[in-house]
Amino acid sequence: MCTTCGCGIGQTRINGKTVQLRRHAGTALRYRPTQSDHAHTHEQAPSSVTDLPVPGTIDFGAGIAGTHAPGMSQTRMVKIERDILAKNNQYADENRRYLAERGIFALNLVSSPGSGKTTLLVKTIDMLRDRFPVAVIEGDQQTDHDAARIRATGVPALQINTGKGCHLDAHMIGQALQQLSLRNNSLLFIENVGNLVCPSGFDLGEAHKVVILSVTEGEDKPLKYPDMFHAADLMLLNKCDLLPYLSFDVGQAIAYAQRVHPGLPVLQISATQGGGMPEWIDWIIAGCRRAAAISQTAQPHDS
Amino acid sequence: MHELSLAENILQQIEDTAATQTFHRVKTVWLEIGQLACVEQESLRFFFAVVTEDSIARQAKLEIIGIAGQAMCQECNRTFPIAAYYEACPHCGSDALQITNGDEMRIRELEVE
Ligand SMILES: Nc1nc2c(ncn2[C@@H]2O[C@H](COP(=O)(O)OP(=O)(O)OP(=O)(O)O)[C@@H](O)[C@H]2O)c(=O)[nH]1
Ligand SMILES: [Mg+2]
Ligand SMILES: [Zn+2]
Ligand SMILES: [Zn+2]
Repeated sequence: MCTTCGCGIGQTRINGKTVQLRRHAGTALRYRPTQSDHAHTHEQAPSSVTDLPVPGTIDFGAGIAGTHAPGMSQTRMVKIERDILAKNNQYADENRRYLAERGIFALNLVSSPGSGKTTLLVKTIDMLRDRFPVAVIEGDQQTDHDAARIRATGVPALQINTGKGCHLDAHMIGQALQQLSLRNNSLLFIENVGNLVCPSGFDLGEAHKVVILSVTEGEDKPLKYPDMFHAADLMLLNKCDLLPYLSFDVGQAIAYAQRVHPGLPVLQISATQGGGMPEWIDWIIAGCRRAAAISQTAQPHDS
Repeated sequence: MHELSLAENILQQIEDTAATQTFHRVKTVWLEIGQLACVEQESLRFFFAVVTEDSIARQAKLEIIGIAGQAMCQECNRTFPIAAYYEACPHCGSDALQITNGDEMRIRELEVE
């Protein structure tokens, strides 16, 4: 569970270089000593005449001009009414716009550790490289093993190490997009950190999340981790070559996934043996064509 | 869900708001968390206390307003409460549900001074 992963801040690395992805404590905030008449604020009933600043808080002096008068508390309500992840969603929107303008079809691959994301990518790249330029963003807590596996195929790969962080976020992807000079009408794969929990909540700006479940994980994962299967637009059931050796019930796994996400399409594949791969490839090609077509119709408005 | 990340995001929005709205201390933060949003409340409280330690929201009270899950059946069009994504329609048994409430994670408002 992510609640025990103890994710850290400021440990993110892209291709081994430390990056400053978040605002750090210590960045001063400035409070303007002027009365804000913003529509979203409203004064609350005064609480107490003896309202005194609490020791240890920041910047007592910069109170709102005129409101230090006895009998008037400065306590007030400020409406926010925004999604907690609004910032991430803003970055995701920027990424989505960037990708759409260039006709780039981006997929965010999510799964628990070891279900075969990198193996699948290597195989997929082999089958698709002659049709589209491909690039990969790899997310792992540590090591650049996966990026190295991708680079061995000859395709550019950028490794993001999240340190203790257990998911990629849209800001990291934005930085990665600046470093990768992606070709127009290309294909971008993002391999998320192996984790069936957190990555579901973080939009990266991708066209689709693709969830990979391998048959060695048990049929009930979609019920145990419903958010991920709810957020995905396609499920790949991987390692189907192992089915003869297991008591995994394919029908049950699919039924559970579709209970959480009605109508979720499922493809049964083997990334190592190649079974089911042609259907997956067709699904990608259809997406690439759509992305390219949309960017073309959008062009005249841009220039 | 990732409670530390959520806590960081909440603090960032508070600080962004402070920069435009002129306040120097946050006393209470009201959140709306849907029952289906998979947020561990105790964990969120813990991380919120940790990340706000040296901030304007130091020792702020976190008030979490739970929002019950609700779905609409796409077969029979009825609306009913649900507690998990995998539940079926209690009227017709269909799995084809649209979540209408309960997946939100929002910051509603702040009490500031
Ligand atoms: N039998 C079988 N093994 C597979 C298949 N796909 C992947 N594997 C094996 O599963 C193991 C993990 O595969 P990876 O591709 O590294 O998995 P991953 O999801 O990228 O793992 P992380 O990045 O660490 O989360 C490797 O030993 C693969 O050879 C498959 O279709 N069939
Ligand atoms: Mg991998
Ligand atoms: Zn986590
Ligand atoms: Zn119904």
